[in-house]
Amino acid sequence: MSTERHLVVDRIRCDGRGLCAEILPELVRLDDWGYPILKPGPVPEHLLPLAERAMADCPVLAIALRRR
Amino acid sequence: MALLDQPDVLAPLPPVGLHFIEALDHSGLFGRGGASFPTGTKWRAVAQRSRGDAVIVVNGAEGEPQSKKDRMLMSTRPHLILDGAFIAARVLRARRIVLYIGEGYIAARDSMLRALAQRTEPERGIVSLAAAPARYVAGAESAAIHFINEGVATPTSAPPYPFELATLVQNVETLAHVAVLARTGAIPGTVLLTMAGGVARQGVIEVETGTTIAEAITRAGGPSVAPRAVLVGGYFGRWMDNDEARRLPVVRESGLGCGVVGILPMSRCPVCDVAAIMGYLAGESSAQCGPCFFGLRALADACTRIASQGSNPVALQRLERWAVEVRGRGACKHPDGAVIFLSSAMSVFAREFELHQSDHRLRQSA
Repeated sequence: MSTERHLVVDRIRCDGRGLCAEILPELVRLDDWGYPILKPGPVPEHLLPLAERAMADCPVLAIALRRR
Repeated sequence: MALLDQPDVLAPLPPVGLHFIEALDHSGLFGRGGASFPTGTKWRAVAQRSRGDAVIVVNGAEGEPQSKKDRMLMSTRPHLILDGAFIAARVLRARRIVLYIGEGYIAARDSMLRALAQRTEPERGIVSLAAAPARYVAGAESAAIHFINEGVATPTSAPPYPFELATLVQNVETLAHVAVLARTGAIPGTVLLTMAGGVARQGVIEVETGTTIAEAITRAGGPSVAPRAVLVGGYFGRWMDNDEARRLPVVRESGLGCGVVGILPMSRCPVCDVAAIMGYLAGESSAQCGPCFFGLRALADACTRIASQGSNPVALQRLERWAVEVRGRGACKHPDGAVIFLSSAMSVFAREFELHQSDHRLRQSA
């Protein structure tokens, strides 16, 4: 079952460190320059803990979980 | 009743209030800066947040390289533009109006300042001038606000959106239409176009809404040489086959953006021209977001390699993949505009991109 929370990236803040793709490869992959490409749609419930970790571990706090 | 038939006179403004936003809705007026956003909707969003502290930004940055209509309007109808700005200030209860004019547009700026000097003291008191840097993205709404507030003309992340800051950023042509609506009760029902490239008379024309591109080209004296394709909406727009473009009506839904119509003659190599424009757009990235800064540079370099060394299927596939991946991944719409431009080129000029040879130009001129 899905929640109503989505991953969003602040594109100006993002430096392409790539931790999000390591923590959450199910939803994040990197482009040829190392910047995240998000899988569209809400974050599935079972991935929420990982998504929260990706958010907390981002060195520049560029990725967030938002309700919309 | 064309916009350019309106006299540019100094006369007291008609009384306007919040109900004027309904008149804007009914008129169907949409923005002329590029995004074609409904003006009434935009004003209502700002009005809801204004506590008598709204800011009106008169956008005459005109960063689109081939566009000339905003400068022409500022030079010839400054009072009409100022009228629109003062009407916006009354309706939205603004404390400040900023004239945001491209730094190189001396004649346009001087014309606006001369007109401003003829205004009343209270009117002059709320107006200031800001010179927009000559960069492609400087005219983007968030870049204009960033520059006025902090001196940096780069786009910012949204939210907050401009309306959430109680700021109205409005193109000068749109404001002139606002003035005519307030004075006469109707908008002119016309659009300013800048005709560029292979037409007999390049420059600004005014056409009725619904006019086809074919009629607009005729108004510009017809094609100067056999046309191959049309770039509709400038570098932020898209390429169309000549026949398809000729049937396109000048309406909000047509994606005419800032109104640049560029005609590419048969005699030019589209691959080489597209590569050059991609190089320009990559250089105009404000270098804030990785996918735009690195992605557009890589796309431009790949186009240049195809143009200079010849095409191959691997290079084309990679271009298409990058164009899809970059889209929607910037704080502003600059990368989106660039890849829409490129994707439309690769579709309209599919054959040229596929067959392009490194000695193309040599063979062409032989």
